[in-house]
Order: sequence, then C-alpha cells, then structure tokens
Amino acid sequence: MTEMVYGSMPSRVTEPVLPRWWRTIDKWSMTCIMVLFGIGLLLGLAASVPLASRNGLEPFYYVQRQAFFGGIAMAVMLGISMMTPAMVRRVGVMGFALAFVAICLLPFIGTDFGKGAVRWFSFGFASVQPSEFLKPGFIIVVAWLMAASFDLNGPPGKTASFAIAMVVVGLLAMQPDFGQAALVLFGWGVVYFVAGAPMTLIAIVVGLVVVGGFAAYESSEHFARRIDGFLTPDLDPRTQLGYATNAIQEGGFFGVGVGEGQVKWSLPDAHTDFIIAVAAEEYGLILVLVIIALYTTVVVRSLMRLTKERDPFIRLAGTGLACIFGVQAMINMGVAVRLLPAKGMTLPFVSYGGSSVIAAGITAGALLAMTRMRPQGKMGDIFGRGGR
Amino acid sequence: MIRTPLRPLARILSARQKGENPDTIERENLRLRHEEIRDRGRARAEVRLLFLSLGFLAAFSTIGARMGLLAATEPVEPRSAAAGAQILATRADITDRNGRILATNMQTYALYAQPRDMVDPGRVARELAKIFPEIDPVAMERRLTDGRTFLWIRRVMSPEQMQRVHEIGDPGLLFGPREMRLYPNGQLAAHVLGGASFGAEGVSSAEVIGTAGIEKALDARLRDPAQAGTPLELSLDLTLQAAVEEILGTGMTMLNAKGAAAILMDVKTGEILSLASLPAFDPNDRPNPLVKGDPGDSPLFNRAVQGVYELGSTFKIFTVANAMNLGLVSPETMVDANAPRRWGKFTIKEFQNKNYGPLLSVENVIVKSSNVGTANIALMVGAERQAAFFQSLGFFDPTVIELVEAPGAKPIVPKRWPDITTITTSYGHGISASPMHLAVAYAAIANGGVKVTPTLLHGGVAQNGPRVMTAETAAASVRMLRGVVEHGTATLGDVPGYQVAGKTGTAEKPSRTGGYDEDKVVNTFASLFPADDPKYVLVVTLDEPVETSGSEPRRTAGWTAVPVAGEIIRRAAPLLGLRPVVEPPPVDGLTAVSN
Repeated sequence: MTEMVYGSMPSRVTEPVLPRWWRTIDKWSMTCIMVLFGIGLLLGLAASVPLASRNGLEPFYYVQRQAFFGGIAMAVMLGISMMTPAMVRRVGVMGFALAFVAICLLPFIGTDFGKGAVRWFSFGFASVQPSEFLKPGFIIVVAWLMAASFDLNGPPGKTASFAIAMVVVGLLAMQPDFGQAALVLFGWGVVYFVAGAPMTLIAIVVGLVVVGGFAAYESSEHFARRIDGFLTPDLDPRTQLGYATNAIQEGGFFGVGVGEGQVKWSLPDAHTDFIIAVAAEEYGLILVLVIIALYTTVVVRSLMRLTKERDPFIRLAGTGLACIFGVQAMINMGVAVRLLPAKGMTLPFVSYGGSSVIAAGITAGALLAMTRMRPQGKMGDIFGRGGR
Repeated sequence: MIRTPLRPLARILSARQKGENPDTIERENLRLRHEEIRDRGRARAEVRLLFLSLGFLAAFSTIGARMGLLAATEPVEPRSAAAGAQILATRADITDRNGRILATNMQTYALYAQPRDMVDPGRVARELAKIFPEIDPVAMERRLTDGRTFLWIRRVMSPEQMQRVHEIGDPGLLFGPREMRLYPNGQLAAHVLGGASFGAEGVSSAEVIGTAGIEKALDARLRDPAQAGTPLELSLDLTLQAAVEEILGTGMTMLNAKGAAAILMDVKTGEILSLASLPAFDPNDRPNPLVKGDPGDSPLFNRAVQGVYELGSTFKIFTVANAMNLGLVSPETMVDANAPRRWGKFTIKEFQNKNYGPLLSVENVIVKSSNVGTANIALMVGAERQAAFFQSLGFFDPTVIELVEAPGAKPIVPKRWPDITTITTSYGHGISASPMHLAVAYAAIANGGVKVTPTLLHGGVAQNGPRVMTAETAAASVRMLRGVVEHGTATLGDVPGYQVAGKTGTAEKPSRTGGYDEDKVVNTFASLFPADDPKYVLVVTLDEPVETSGSEPRRTAGWTAVPVAGEIIRRAAPLLGLRPVVEPPPVDGLTAVSN
C-alpha cells in the first residue's frame, strides 16, 4: 500500500498485452493457418455445392456455415494464443474434463446419424463431435503430468498420463472410432518421446511392432490379404479411393479449371475426407503442393521453435499439439494418395465441419500460445553455465 | 554417486550464526537443481524434436511426391472399358500326347450387384431366384437392401442364364468377365487333371488356380504368362485312357469291387499312357472332400497314386530276381517248399493250405505262387540285402510323378527287418505301396533292369536311370512271369499274339480291429507285354472284388484282376501299335507247286 501511494512500484511491470502478443507470436505459422482456412473456404465453394443441392439447400449454404464457424474458430484461436501457458493449461485441463464427461455420456444421449458409430451430440442447428475437442485438452493434460514428473518429488506423471491415455483410447474404440483412438495414442507417444522415453523401450516397441507385423502377415491369411490388397497397384475404380486417385490424375499439374471438376459429384465425402481430391482435380498439383507446404511450415516451424524452449510443459504441450495437427493432415492426404490404408480423418481447417474447424482452431491457438517467443537464457547457454 | 545435500551443514550453520533463514538456502539449491534438470531435458528434447521435424518433413515430402507422381500419370476411365484386354487366356491348355484337349479355358461371366444403383431390389431378388434355383428370394432381398454397396451373386453362369439376367433390366446388376477352366472330356483322366477354382477375384478378372492333380502340381507352369500359348502336353493318350476307364469300370461293376485303379506305362521312357482310378468324379464340378469317414472312399481319392496297399504276391518276383541277381539261385534251382513252414511262433501256409513241396524249382515258385518257397529264398538273401533291393526299386519313398497327391503317399515300410519281416515282405505282406510304385518296379524288370522315373509329361526319351539288376536277371524274370500267364495263376490274362507276362497278387486287407479280413481283399495283377521285348507295364488293382459266377465266391486275383487286365491289353495293344505275333499257318494246308 505504501509503495503504491509513494510510487516506488512501477504502474506497469510489462508492456501491453497486444503489442507483446504481436511481437512474440509465430507470425509465419499463424499466417499459414489463416491461408489454410482461406483455401478451405475456396474449396468449399466447389466441393460443398453438390451436397447442398442433394439436400435441397441453396448452393453456398455450407460455405456460409463454414465461414461462420470458421470465424468463431479464428477468434478462438487468436484468443487462446494470447493466453499465457499457465492459463492455457488451466483452460485445457478444464476443457479435457468437459470433453471427457461428454464422451462418457455419448452412449446415452449421443446420435450416430445412421453411420453406425455413436460420435455426435445433435443440437438441432449443429452437431458436435466431442472427441475432436478432447484431443487438444488431452495433449495439455498429458504434457502437464509429464512435465510435473520432472520435478524432484513430483507426481508419477508418466504412469498417470499413460493410464488416462488408455482410458480415452478405450472410450474411443468403443464408439467405435479407431482413427481418433490411434491419433490420441500417437499424441501420447510423441509427448512421451520428447519427454525422454528410454531408447531401449523405443527399440523394444519398434521391434515388437515390426516382428508382430511380419508374424501376422506370415500366419494370418486374412491380414496378409488386407495388406496385399492395400499394396496392390490395382484398385477397384468404383470405390471412393478409386475416384480420388482418378481425380488427382485428371487434375494433372494445373487442374481442370475452377468449377469444372467431376469428382465432387460422385464422392459422398468430397467436402470432408476427400477434399484434397477436389483441390487436386480443380486446381491441380500446384494447390496441393501449396497446401502440403503450409502444413509442413506450421509443424516444422513450431517444432524448431520448441527446441529452444526451456520450460518442459510448454515444450511437451507444443510438441503434442503440433504433431496431432500435422499427423491428422498427413493421414488425410496419405489416404487420398494411397500411402495409407483408408481411414476417415478430416483435413484441419480445410475440410468442411463445424466441430472440426473449431477444434482445429483450439489446437492451433494453444500451439501458437506455446510457440511464442520467451526469454530462454540464451546468454547463459552461450557461456555454458546456464546462469549458475 | 555422491549425493549433494540440499541443506549443506556448513552453510546452514553459518546462516544461523548470521541470523538468516536457513530455508532460503534449501530453496536456492532446489531451484538450481531443477534448472539443471531442465537444461538436461532440453538438450535431450532438442535432438528428439529435430528428429520429429525431419520425420514430418520426410512424410509430407513423400505425400507431395506421390501426389506429383499421380498427377503426372494418365488417368484411366473409372469403369475400365478395356477390361477385356486384361482377360487373357492366362492359363495354358492341357492336351494329351496327340494334342487332343484335356483342359482349356472358356469365357464366361460372373454376376455381381451394386445395390445402391438398384431400382427395385425386391423384384430383382424374385427374378434371380427364378433363374438360379439355389437363390432364396427372401434372403437375397435382405442382402440387397442391408446397405452394402457390393455383392457377388454368381461366380459363373451359362449364356442363357446371362441373357435372362439381362432381361431383368436392372442397372444394379452387372457382369464381370471370367476365364473358366473347362474339362471337355468330363470324368476322363479326372484324377490326373484334378481341377481348378478361382483364386483372387476382382470385378474384371479372376485368377484360376489349380486345386488338385497336375493342375496344382504344375500350377506355376500353367499360369506362366510366357508359356500361356504353349499347351502342356501330357503323356496320356486320350483313346487309351477312355478304353482303360471303360473296361476298368465294367470290370469293377461285374466283380462288385468298391474301387479300381489301372496304370499303363512305357517301360523305357517312364511315360504314363493311362492312369485311371475309379470311382471317378467330374473335374468341372469337383465334389467336396468327405468330412467324415475314410478319405479313401471319396471319389477324389486317387487309388493309383495315393492308395497304399499291401500288394501281395506281386512282390515274389522281386525276391526271386534279387536272389538271381546275387547269384544265389537260377530258375532251375530247387528250393525247399514244404508247407506249412514254421518260423518261431509263426506258420507260413500256402493258398488253400496246399503243399507244393518238398522241393520246387525257383521258376515254379513264381508260377505256382508258393509262399514257402519265396520265404526260403528270402532267408537265403537276408534282411539287409532284401531291404536294399526294395529301396533301389523305389519302395521306400513316395513316387515323384507330377501330381500334387504323390508326395503325400508315402509307402508303409517296416521299421526293423527281423527274419519274420524278411519272410512276409518277400511275398508282399507287411510292406505297403501304391500301384504306381509297383508299376515302376515292374518297369525295371521289363526294360532290362533299369529303374525309370514315372512321368505324366510327353516327350520322354529312354531313361538311363540306375541299374537295379542285370539284364540277364531281368530277362529270366520276364520268362518266369510269362510262365505265370501261360500255365500258372494268370492264365485268364493271356491275350493271343501279345505274350502277356505278369504276376498276380491277392492281399487280405488289414481290418480295423487288427489282423486281416478274410473276405476283403485287394487284388492286383502286374503285367508286362509283349514278353519277348517288353514295351509296356500294366498294373490293375481291384479293391474288394468278388467273382460270383462259380459255386462259391472267388476272391483271388487270377479270377478278378487278371481277366480285367487281359481285356485292357486286348483293347490297348492295337491302339499302342503293337503287332500281334501270329502263328504261321499250318504247313499241311499248302500244296507244293513246282513249275
């Protein structure tokens, strides 16, 4: 009180929030994400028209919806990116708890939209897929637990996070949604890897997977046939994958022209899982490569920035968020070019979908919050003593 | 490891002396230690993060490269119109030695459905049930409407059926071209050909793979695209095969046998000219294997190759040939044939408890088929040399003929050779082999003492296999076998002009309860012809035959297998191009004329 009255305490200890945010944010990554969202809208103009006409709506109904949800997503992303890591952690843990409860409630009040898997809550005007919102929160919880386990006398964070991961994977597999379950498991694995998983354990797991894969291939004819079917260059052209491949080939390097594509009329998932095929057909390889480059930039830049990060929580959370963001894009595009077996997975920010785009906004916002520039004791590093 | 205390005593004491709070020292040390841990963690994470970045970079580059690759290739029509080009006659035909077709391919169509494109699934299901009686309209409608996008309905169908499916006129019914394996001769040579079925199936084509017989044994050759245009030429002769199967089938019916097998083989080249096993099946519509009971009762069972039987007295000639080859006896040597002969606790008897003794020439041992005489000759030879001789004739290993069933038919050979085994195997008991083994061994006698490898492929030349006996021994054995047909146990098999030689064999079948069944026998006649220059071996085996024309049922080979074999030779020899040796007309019918 005395200090305030006599003015010995500075009225502001830090610079204002917005200028500091603008100075420390990873502007390249943020720009890339916004460009991706823009491309998503552009492709939506082409890809969602058939869906709208099938459902008897005006042609650009879905584009408007996507712009609306995308606007929310961008706002959420910017808002979260302005938070401090500690704030992100608090919000993330609470968000995880909410999403977890929501997933547990799914079997009772969820809906399956006639697709055989109960993954959605339906609210009339929109539907929400809670597992999309679970992922960023999950990564933050895992990173928090693992970072805490580094402290002397800290909690057994690795074990606890593994237990949580198993429960979540189990819940997702029950829906069933093996794609999201695999993604969650992958997210945990990446965080654990960067948190310093023992090399022997990694070697053992990799060895087991390889040996198990070969053993399954040799012993089980069913498994071998599936693998052979995936590896075989022949493809039934009437499957979704066949259409997607054909669309990429039709597009060539420069595309058939805006609005001229055919694949969107034959693929039921042209606006979500196979939007990259629409991009390839109408705009050609050029746009596809641009999209790939944008994702690569976000992921690789974030990871590179995190290599300098001193705080374990920030580093681990950032890594996990960047990786699930990147892997989701990778799987989506890998399926379209038949590098990976078919698995429904949206392309973050580009695919149509309200939950999907807002969840991607949350993920990206948290990621941007983690990759902001902070004082990292660089001088201490240079002098080799780390400030001691 | 040296433990650094968080509260070093010296500093604590000095702090206390100065009146400072010693806890700050602990907090300070804790902070420093955490910072150390963080730095260590960061150094490790830095490498791993770089590794992750590289991983992502590589993965995204791969996807980009793959996109580029795809974009650079020419697109194909989704519903490939050029599907016909993929349906090449990829499986080679099979022909007999004269180029007559035994197996070929036929273009047909498979029927599948895409229920999403279907206008009226209920009507389609009802119409399909009218065309294909095995389809249940209710179940089919359920399958067409349960949300699946693809459904196979028929693998193959006739052109008439295809036309009627066309006439249903539903866009959801589609046809996929199929190559189908066709055996135009039906049951002829069924066990040699085996059969074929579809392997991996796609909409526009399906691979045809062999399931049994030579189709499976030579599957790789038949599917080799480089040799698809060249038919696989078998050593079989279609005409002979038809004759053999016809006579064998008649014989089997007349003699109430439950099965029969015949092998006709060229003794020099080892080529199988005819291989029959009855009952047969139609390889176009291969029956399912039996799920219970004896697989040997299934028509799929190839008795000539897979059937491993005790072949009885047909083995006696091997014992005698071995003894002659070793110089122990000659055809004229007299041996002890006093029956019954006791050996330890066993008694060796002759057929119907006869006694050919006390002494019998070696030739007559064969002609009269004396068990005791053969046993005594075998004891002269000894176990070791007898086993070695059987092995050299191929009785210890599966035959190497080009049938997928052959390697599985291992002969049953005694593990040890005490004297009693030497005795029983000398007349073909206690050792089991297939008719194919017997044909190979008789071919060695017939061709002058050289073991041949049997083959089903045409184009064989005289084989130069290992010599198993001297030419003299072989010639003497053939003379004895001729004697069997001239005035021994196989007189019914004498075909005028073709000098049949051979040996009968009647073996009681081992019963399931142990011991032997007296009224269940396997009758075998192993023959070779013509005796003055043997060219062919014919082995005929009948399973459980009984000849009932006499006052009591007769079950010896001389009454069953021998007449069947004789009839086969009568029909086959002219087809083989053999010239009958005709007696010159009697001299007194001519009148000497002088000019």
